[in-house]
Amino acid sequence: MPVSSAKTLLLSCRSFNRRQRTLMVVALTTVCLLALLCGGLLLGEEGLSTNLTNRNMPPSLSYPLGTDWLGRNMLARTVQGLSLSFAVGLAAASTSAFIALVLGLTAALGGKRLDAAITWLVDLFLAVPHLVLLILIAFIFGGGITGVITGVTLTHWPALTRLLRAEVLQLRSAEFVLVSRHLGRSRWWVATRHLLPHLKPQLLVGLILLFPHAILHEAAITFLGFGLSPHRPAIGVILSESMQYLSAGSWWLAFFPGLALLIMVRTFDVLGDNLRLLLDPHSAQE
Amino acid sequence: MLLFLLGRILRLLTLLVAVSVLSFLLLELSPIDPVRAYVGADMLKVGPEQWAKIAEYWGLDQPLPERFARWGMAILRGDFGVSMIFRRPVLAVIGERFLASLALMLTAWVFSGVFGFALGVLAGMKQGTWTDRLIKWYCLTLASTPLFWLALLMLLTFAVWLSWFPIGLGVPAGVPTYEVTLSDRLYHLLLPALTLSITGVAGVALHTRQKLVEVLQSDYVLFARARGESGLQVLLRHGLRNIALPVTTLQFASFSELFGGSILAEQVFSYPGLGQAAVQAGLRGDVPLLLGVVAFSALFVFAGNLAAELLYWLIDPRLRPKGDACEQR
Repeated sequence: MPVSSAKTLLLSCRSFNRRQRTLMVVALTTVCLLALLCGGLLLGEEGLSTNLTNRNMPPSLSYPLGTDWLGRNMLARTVQGLSLSFAVGLAAASTSAFIALVLGLTAALGGKRLDAAITWLVDLFLAVPHLVLLILIAFIFGGGITGVITGVTLTHWPALTRLLRAEVLQLRSAEFVLVSRHLGRSRWWVATRHLLPHLKPQLLVGLILLFPHAILHEAAITFLGFGLSPHRPAIGVILSESMQYLSAGSWWLAFFPGLALLIMVRTFDVLGDNLRLLLDPHSAQE
Repeated sequence: MLLFLLGRILRLLTLLVAVSVLSFLLLELSPIDPVRAYVGADMLKVGPEQWAKIAEYWGLDQPLPERFARWGMAILRGDFGVSMIFRRPVLAVIGERFLASLALMLTAWVFSGVFGFALGVLAGMKQGTWTDRLIKWYCLTLASTPLFWLALLMLLTFAVWLSWFPIGLGVPAGVPTYEVTLSDRLYHLLLPALTLSITGVAGVALHTRQKLVEVLQSDYVLFARARGESGLQVLLRHGLRNIALPVTTLQFASFSELFGGSILAEQVFSYPGLGQAAVQAGLRGDVPLLLGVVAFSALFVFAGNLAAELLYWLIDPRLRPKGDACEQR
């Protein structure tokens, strides 16, 4: 007995450590992302003012990311661009998760016709390359910022819809759901009491993992020249502007904003993966 | 088999029709006036009469249902209209641009497939070691890298600093078309293709690794090891055969991302491909060209998906329904 209890203690210790570590990563990444958002909001218009005496300065102590050809502080522009990306990503992720939940539930519970219709709709959205779809939507809205945000917001649900639909289909044939139905519970009751709790972790992780896609697409479409006016600091705009100054050797204009974007996207990925480890019943106890 | 093919083609047709019709109707809603987009900077020089004439020339003065019918009939005849910015038939523009893009995408596709597969196999065989962790970290980071930023870095490093490659364009500037040699084209193609393949590697490598790890945990591999087969023998006899199919399929199913990537790479390197044409059409309000590119890209993506499904059908007999398998014999 003492041996086996010591073993379980050791095992639980190990699992506790792993869980703790995962929790720490989740907390840390969340704090980093929130700090970025707050930084962008607090900064306001400051640092975006042009300052012609400090033009094209390479990175230094007073300007850690250098300045551009108008003497604007690149650190301020980058932080603001990232917080704009964050906002667009938030809109896109929450809208897409909501659409995916509604469509996924409807497809799996609403009968054959509805299922076929929704599957077809998912196929339709995946039939055209995502970037082409974004260009099309940006054009439809007249090429303004509305078009970019609408496009990014409304096009990220298909993959998650597929995932949730498959999950619901699997749950629907689970024994506890069948028993519940035979006991006379309504579809609505089953959906809200039995299915939703199981979908919640999937939905939350799916939502977080939508951020990277949405952010990268927002940056890509603004980089191509759609939507945002040149003085609005979006990462895509900053990078496409920097292209004119690359051959003059202003490497910092492109290097740091892109690197910051990469780190932000990767942070969301890490956050999503760790949340999945925590919430997924298969790995939560490890 | 035939039934399956017919079903797929029918599905493609419904999707293509839906994509085209929806795009047409939505583009009609756009506040961008095609005539204004066409006239551009010459706005002040064009009088109202000329304005009306241009509109009439494109049939823009007629009501929406009539225009829709005319457009639909033209498409059925294979006439996609005339591109406003290139002043040439849309199909000719797409055909020419697509050949340039195809060279780019094909190079990147083959390279990323081979390289990604090799990396994935290496990581899978060394699962849990530092090699594996390094490759995984590299691929995950690559997957979060904005492609256009990577392209900018490549441009900065190899074209600006080292001057190994030209800064852009598909052919040397100031040289007549008939004097452009194949090596010129390859020289201009290399840097964009390299960029596109570097990001393409991540998905294939991670997928290959995962499949290989699954295979290595199977009972038949355990048995093979018990018989005394070494790691390399297991890989050659059991590993590669079992992972080749899912990985090839994934590679074919990635046409959509490949097309998206080529848009960005072409934009950075000013490479005259279909992606660049799509961006110009969107920015400058060239509705016929945009419609053509949307339909064509849908066709391209579908071709990739169909090839993936066909491969599965041809190679893996377990996926065929029982009756069909008998027919094959």
